[in-house]
Amino acid sequence: MLNLALEAGRTHTPEAVLFWFLAPLAVAAALGMLLVKKAVHSALLLAWVMISLAIIYIAQDALFLGIVQIVVYTGAVMMLFLFILMLVGVDSSDSLKETIKGQRPAIIFVSIGLIGLFLSLLGRATIGVPAIGLTKANADGNVQGLASELFTKYVWAFEVVSALLITAALGAMVLAHSQKTKSKFQQRDLSIARFRGKSLATAAGLPSSGVFARHNAVDVPALLPDGSPSKLSISQTLDARGDMIESKIFELEAREVEED
Amino acid sequence: MTTSTHLVYLIALPLVSAALLLILGRLADKWGHLLATLVSASTFAFAASEFFAMRSRSGAARATTQKLFDWISVGTFKVDAALLLDQLSICFVLLITGVGTLIHIYSIAYMSHDRDRRRFFAYLNLFIAAMLLLVLGNSYLNLYVGWEGVGLASYLLIGFWNQKPAYATAAKKAFVANRVGDVGLSLAIMIAFAQFGTVSFAGVAAGAPHASSAALAAMGAMLLLAAAGKSAQFPLQSWLGDAMAGPTPVSALIHAATMVTAGVYLITRSNFIFDASSTARLLVVIVGTITLLFGAIIGTAKDDIKKALAASTMSQIGYMILATGLGPIGYAFAIMHLLTHGFFKAGMFLGAGSVMHGMNDEVNMRRFGGLNRFLPITAITFGFGYLAIIGVPPFAGFYSKDKIIETAFNAGGTKGYILGICALLGAGLTAFYMTRLIVMTFWGTPRWSRDEQHPHESPALMWVPMAILAVGSVASGFLFTSGNSMVHWLAPVVNPSGAEGGAELMKPIVVSLLALGVVVIGVAYAIFKYRTVPVEAPEKVTVFTRIARRDLMQDAFNEAVLMRPGQKLTTGLVWADYSFVDGLVRAVGFTLGTSSQAVRKIQNGYARTYALVMLVGVLALVATIWMVTL
Amino acid sequence: MDISNYLYLSIILFTIGAVGVVIRRNAIVVFMCVELMLNAANLAFVTFSRINGNLDGQVASFFTMVVAACEVVVGLAIIVTIYRSRRSASVDDASLLKR
Repeated sequence: MLNLALEAGRTHTPEAVLFWFLAPLAVAAALGMLLVKKAVHSALLLAWVMISLAIIYIAQDALFLGIVQIVVYTGAVMMLFLFILMLVGVDSSDSLKETIKGQRPAIIFVSIGLIGLFLSLLGRATIGVPAIGLTKANADGNVQGLASELFTKYVWAFEVVSALLITAALGAMVLAHSQKTKSKFQQRDLSIARFRGKSLATAAGLPSSGVFARHNAVDVPALLPDGSPSKLSISQTLDARGDMIESKIFELEAREVEED
Repeated sequence: MTTSTHLVYLIALPLVSAALLLILGRLADKWGHLLATLVSASTFAFAASEFFAMRSRSGAARATTQKLFDWISVGTFKVDAALLLDQLSICFVLLITGVGTLIHIYSIAYMSHDRDRRRFFAYLNLFIAAMLLLVLGNSYLNLYVGWEGVGLASYLLIGFWNQKPAYATAAKKAFVANRVGDVGLSLAIMIAFAQFGTVSFAGVAAGAPHASSAALAAMGAMLLLAAAGKSAQFPLQSWLGDAMAGPTPVSALIHAATMVTAGVYLITRSNFIFDASSTARLLVVIVGTITLLFGAIIGTAKDDIKKALAASTMSQIGYMILATGLGPIGYAFAIMHLLTHGFFKAGMFLGAGSVMHGMNDEVNMRRFGGLNRFLPITAITFGFGYLAIIGVPPFAGFYSKDKIIETAFNAGGTKGYILGICALLGAGLTAFYMTRLIVMTFWGTPRWSRDEQHPHESPALMWVPMAILAVGSVASGFLFTSGNSMVHWLAPVVNPSGAEGGAELMKPIVVSLLALGVVVIGVAYAIFKYRTVPVEAPEKVTVFTRIARRDLMQDAFNEAVLMRPGQKLTTGLVWADYSFVDGLVRAVGFTLGTSSQAVRKIQNGYARTYALVMLVGVLALVATIWMVTL
Repeated sequence: MDISNYLYLSIILFTIGAVGVVIRRNAIVVFMCVELMLNAANLAFVTFSRINGNLDGQVASFFTMVVAACEVVVGLAIIVTIYRSRRSASVDDASLLKR
């Protein structure tokens, strides 16, 4: 444990080094969150900020919180974020151009005002006030100290929070649940749709892919009687992605054989 | 005071019948008029039985009451919906139901060609019900309900042929003029409430002697205004002439049995107010005198037979109002004249209707002439009414009108002379214009085309009511005056203290002779002047005639003094409302709208902007903390 | 080194997170920025805990983590739902409140 708080109001040099190493990086990462276009990058930067904070917690005699910060936040919450990001499209990148008029100047003004006021307030509140330090409070260990607080003084709040957690879990289930309004497309429906289609050319089904003699991959189009590849025979996704392979290379070179 | 449980049927019967006829609609077309007439007749029979029952009782037991339900009960202020049938009410009830029934019978024939006859009868029944409620209510508030009902029914009936815009306008005019009076009545009720804490007749009568003279005068003036509205007295008289737009039976009903008598009833009923306030009495007398001359003068210039009769009604009601203003002794004479007038005026209106019926609805008397040979029964019944109204003994009008003239003379001092002479003058004018009417209609040479007009006598359904009314015009005056029966009958209600009239200025016989002389002069001049009647009204006439033909400029007066300034005021107010009030509202709206337009740009739907706003809020919060902890 | 430096770091990270919430359009990145803000707050808690010499700050930080986990679970579920119906994870596309 990095129990470094010894002198009232002052910290030891190692902690200062740690702080001056972590704090600028955390601020830079936080700023980066705002400035990068891809949400995934933002998430990674946030994870970095959270880990920095976890270390700082531990440096501040808050061992339990530091660990929880890493396990719950950086571990669970950030994973959830990434999971949802994947779900809604990992590639979507945000344009940073402001579309609402007056938003930028207003937020600049407000943020400067907030920082100024908070600094002034905190300065007034803390300058000249000696820090007591947690040595005494953590005498039985940080986890034990927190536990005795939680299960005595804050036990009611603790119980209420458990109710909140269950409610949130249920709420998430209800919100994310979707109901099918149409029945699934069955084989029968597909068959009917084929015959009701514009032309009867595909009524018997689409051509299957592959040049079966040499190659049976799904990314090789079948050949039509005139020798041209049929795009209908392979998945449209493969075609759109450019993953369709020319069937030419699999053709037998009949002429060479004749010459031999 | 006797209590009764069946007085309410007097009102309920015609009311239910009216509702039935109106709700059933065309289903009741075949028998609606019969039902209405039957109901009216049975109401009369009921009223007659009540009358005889009342006669058989004596003293204070004669008055009958019935409490229907608690109407208003607020703190100490209580108004019951209750009915009161006393010696005064029964006169009106009998007149309303009796003459009303005759008019119903007459209307069966008169309206037989109208496809809305059923509706007409429904309105007639409604009119009777409302008028009965008016005279039977035991408080000013109950009376007010009937009062408004009468206003409504008269509006519906005057505008019965409302497909003609002029008739609809006449109905509206009557309605509006009545509203002015109604404001007076409601103010009077408010004064009564404020002054006496009650609105029942008994309560107000008990409190009247102790009230301040200013309050009594104010209440009297307001009651007079109300009476002027309903009874077409100066200055609210202008609607009466136009009310002739309604079918002729309606005119008979309005002029004889209902509506215009309501004002006289109101003042007579409020005798305790007027007895206690000489100011109010003086106002009544002035209004009555002006109106009796006003109506008589208009009557001399009218060529329309119905309008001439309408002017005469105005004048005769003026006599009644004058009588009510002459103190306790006058009320009985006013009611007496009202009853006799009910007979002869109804008879004459029905006669006029009969003439119109025979003459293709022609009303211009200059196009009549010599009709006595073609409509003999009408001529005779009309003649009886004529003799009654001008006051020839022994016809009804002689007794009742003479009493009023006499009482006017006896009012004392200069006032007595002025009133008496005015009343005499009115009698002369009455004789003149009624003779003019008779001469132009029934005498002389025919001034109508024999090719187009085929005058004929009306059917029995029409002339029988006229005949009955003619009998009334002959006999009623004698009946009422013999042994002062009317005065004694009404005394407990209108003259409880038993006050006598003023000192006799002249012997009654002298007054009668004077009146008769004036009448003879009027008749003679009319006969002389209308030896020949030009078919077209002469153009070269004096300015006075012109003014009289235009109803003494009453409409011009109303227009110039009330309508135009009112219009100007309204236009100004509309403008002020539009530019200032609305302008203010619009300015507020505009400001809000414009600022909202600006503010709604913040509400752009982007969650990011909302987040920004939240952040600004955080900034403000932190800034506040910063400043507080400074 | 003054212990307040941790607090200054916390403030800077918090503000950067706030700016990120407002300027980034990708809902997932916005969420990550919210996480950054929560972490910055946690750092402040831990530091205050050390200054005050008791563990209450660390407990608060612990609860923050739990709540943040709940928030992430529900928030990401919402993002998935929106993505399913709109084929986009941009917060600007979900601007139906405008009209």
